[in-house]
Amino acid sequence: MTLRNTKEGTLDRRAVAAELLRDPGDLLVVTGLGSSSYDAGAAGDRDLNFYLWGAMGGAAMIGLGMALARPDKHVLVLTGDGEQLMGIGALATLGAQALPNLSVAVVDNTQFGETGHQTSHTGLSTDLAAVAAACGWATTTTAWTMDEVKALTPRLRKEPVFAVIKIAPAEVPRFLPPRDGAYLATRFRAALGIPPT
Amino acid sequence: MSNLTRQPSTWQEGVYAALKAANIKQLAYVPDAGHAHLIEAAHADPEMKAVVLTTEEEGVALSAGAWLGGQRCCMLMQSSGVGNTINMLSLPQNCRLPFFTLITMRGEWGEFNPWQVPMGSATETVLKAMGVQVRRADSPDDVADIVAYSASLAFDSLIPVAVLLSQRLIGAKVFVK
Repeated sequence: MTLRNTKEGTLDRRAVAAELLRDPGDLLVVTGLGSSSYDAGAAGDRDLNFYLWGAMGGAAMIGLGMALARPDKHVLVLTGDGEQLMGIGALATLGAQALPNLSVAVVDNTQFGETGHQTSHTGLSTDLAAVAAACGWATTTTAWTMDEVKALTPRLRKEPVFAVIKIAPAEVPRFLPPRDGAYLATRFRAALGIPPT
Repeated sequence: MSNLTRQPSTWQEGVYAALKAANIKQLAYVPDAGHAHLIEAAHADPEMKAVVLTTEEEGVALSAGAWLGGQRCCMLMQSSGVGNTINMLSLPQNCRLPFFTLITMRGEWGEFNPWQVPMGSATETVLKAMGVQVRRADSPDDVADIVAYSASLAFDSLIPVAVLLSQRLIGAKVFVK
């Protein structure tokens, strides 16, 4: 077994997000700052998408808090390699909790795309799926093809899967979802039926 | 507590009772000896989810997710961990979310370890710089009340609030007996 899985992918990131978020139902979605938030917005803005525009490294932990609070719903964290690397300890924290209703999909372009395409650790030496497995995640996988992504879509909504999805590092046009955090939080809670304080 | 009429016999029990009364359901922590009672009580409580963290900014993000899902979280950390939370504190501010944390102080009263002093000295300044309301408990007589009213402040006003548990209150760590 090789632990190094540092090659670039070829998948189009928007097509990946559109597939993962197709007909999402009541899936609770948290997106990491930068391109993952743009991808999820481009796939269709919805009240149960919580986009980060900052708080780098926090997406997976927000997902954990949600999943603990709402065992009746499934939570999908959609983030990038740079965002997950900054919160790499969260893979251990989530692994220790081993919740049945929380999945993480890392859309991995092996680069810090937002800041000038500097190579990230996943392009140098780090295999995040292997890290997650070593942190106790029972199901980890790496997808390289659209068929593999399509097979992941239903699993990411009902199983605790940690998936790395290898995408092409190409730039795509910006799509800007709402960035008013209070608006995003208020509409998210309202969509869950939580009354205002 | 199973017997609701029993008065807490220690201030630590009083603090845990205050967290329960505030309807806290998730207790996140980076351990500290001063929080040991709360951590043990949370693990023993089937109605409380105790979440051990690798670093303190995780707890700020967890608290946000808990609130978005309709639950209340409290994070336990020590003063040295406050430095790790700074940028993540933009999350409750931007999203107008409550954040509630109890912080055991180091480096201020009988400290043996000089490495605790810089962050301990800067803890309150750093929290206030990031817009966190800071309260301080020095006496075992009022710490449970301070925790109770600070929780109300955080969750009723949707703002970040920290309670500093002074080193004089918790007792300095003994390195050499």
